Amino acid sequence: MEFFKKYFYGDYGDKEQTGDKNESAKSEVSAKMVSPIGGGRAGAEWPLWEVFIRSKQGLDHKHVGSLHAADAQMAIENARDVYTRRNEGVSIWVVESKYIHASNPDDADSFYEPANDKIYRHPTFYDLPDEVKHM
Amino acid sequence: MEQEKTFQERIDNEVRIEPKDWMPEKYRQTLIRQISQHAHSEIVGMLPEGNWISRAPSLKRKQILIAKVQDEAGHGLYLYSAAETLGISRDEMIEQLHSGKAKYSSIFNYPTITWADMGAIGWLVDGAAIMNQVPLCRASYGPYSRAMIRVCKEESFHQRQGFESLLVLSRGTNEQRAMVQDAIDRWWWPSIMMFGPHDSESQHSEQSMKWKIKRFSNDELRQRFVDMCAEQAKLLNCTLPDPDLKWNEERQHYDFGKINWDEFWNVVSGNGPCNKQRLDARRKAWEDGAWVREAAQVHAEKRAIRNKEQAAA
Repeated sequence: MEFFKKYFYGDYGDKEQTGDKNESAKSEVSAKMVSPIGGGRAGAEWPLWEVFIRSKQGLDHKHVGSLHAADAQMAIENARDVYTRRNEGVSIWVVESKYIHASNPDDADSFYEPANDKIYRHPTFYDLPDEVKHM
Repeated sequence: MEQEKTFQERIDNEVRIEPKDWMPEKYRQTLIRQISQHAHSEIVGMLPEGNWISRAPSLKRKQILIAKVQDEAGHGLYLYSAAETLGISRDEMIEQLHSGKAKYSSIFNYPTITWADMGAIGWLVDGAAIMNQVPLCRASYGPYSRAMIRVCKEESFHQRQGFESLLVLSRGTNEQRAMVQDAIDRWWWPSIMMFGPHDSESQHSEQSMKWKIKRFSNDELRQRFVDMCAEQAKLLNCTLPDPDLKWNEERQHYDFGKINWDEFWNVVSGNGPCNKQRLDARRKAWEDGAWVREAAQVHAEKRAIRNKEQAAA
């Protein structure tokens, strides 16, 4: 079992990149899309960023989605426009998606299994007489 | 097979599917198709309204319209990023839109010829969209459902501003009232076509229901929409352009006339009044923006190098 795998939100892997079976038709379209000015770079996508927003002071930053941007500053400005048009946030974190590591969902059963049989970690495990107050 | 069974059990138990979870290839493809087409609809949907931003009748209406169009750009972006988690790149989706391989909602291939069309779009088109979208907030695919929750939160203002705008016009001069009725006459049928073909002819419906991508059938949602609008039209002192529209006491629903499916398929297959104009506008925006995308990237690279040099010094 592979214990740890580099996975990130939006990581497609190689196998699944089959959105378009008709490769030749696709490259024809891409060729058309390259701008006459762009020296062949026009097709290059800006990197993907994950966006985390603190909705108010005192709360955690929470993942809200992702977006493309050329760099961190642009990612933060775009995140403001895309994810906080109605005062949804007071602070924004962005991190390039390729730097996010995550646990492997296929291993979830065994990975979290150690917690399953430790019911004594929960307060309800302990039977106390009713006379004990405030506990 | 075993994986497929576990997958269906999770769906049946209302456990959401997340990007890295195993899923049938068909599920992935169905979602890519549906989410990307939904995203394209938001993006193309900005065009008919963009037509009126510079000609809105007051500053207030102009601000509202800009905010609405900006929301639509945002909705397109939420949805594109949800689709990207399934293994298709943003550029691929945009290529599919521009080449005509991917569809978008047919409703945006109709022209917006008067100011009242802005109100009618808000009331009817966004109304129909909300009817479709609210159940999608519970779709089985996590990123899609989260994107839809965001979309729905914002969409309700779109419908309300549309109805309110029509209401103001309907209480205005004779010309304004006539303009409202004319807009409703033109947008009503295309709006109820937005729910898609009848259940008996909808090719993707059954599997999508089983996978809980869809929760209600096309005809169910369409009926709800008709019932709602028939009542709301009364408040505008307007009629819906359907002589067969009648309350059916027994069914406790409105009966309505036959939909012209030839028109629907004709527009879907590219022959609507504005199909060419919309796609040309999208392609032009993409091509005209190429130098901006490129310049931003080069600038980012230059800045990264400069930062590195500074750190080293």
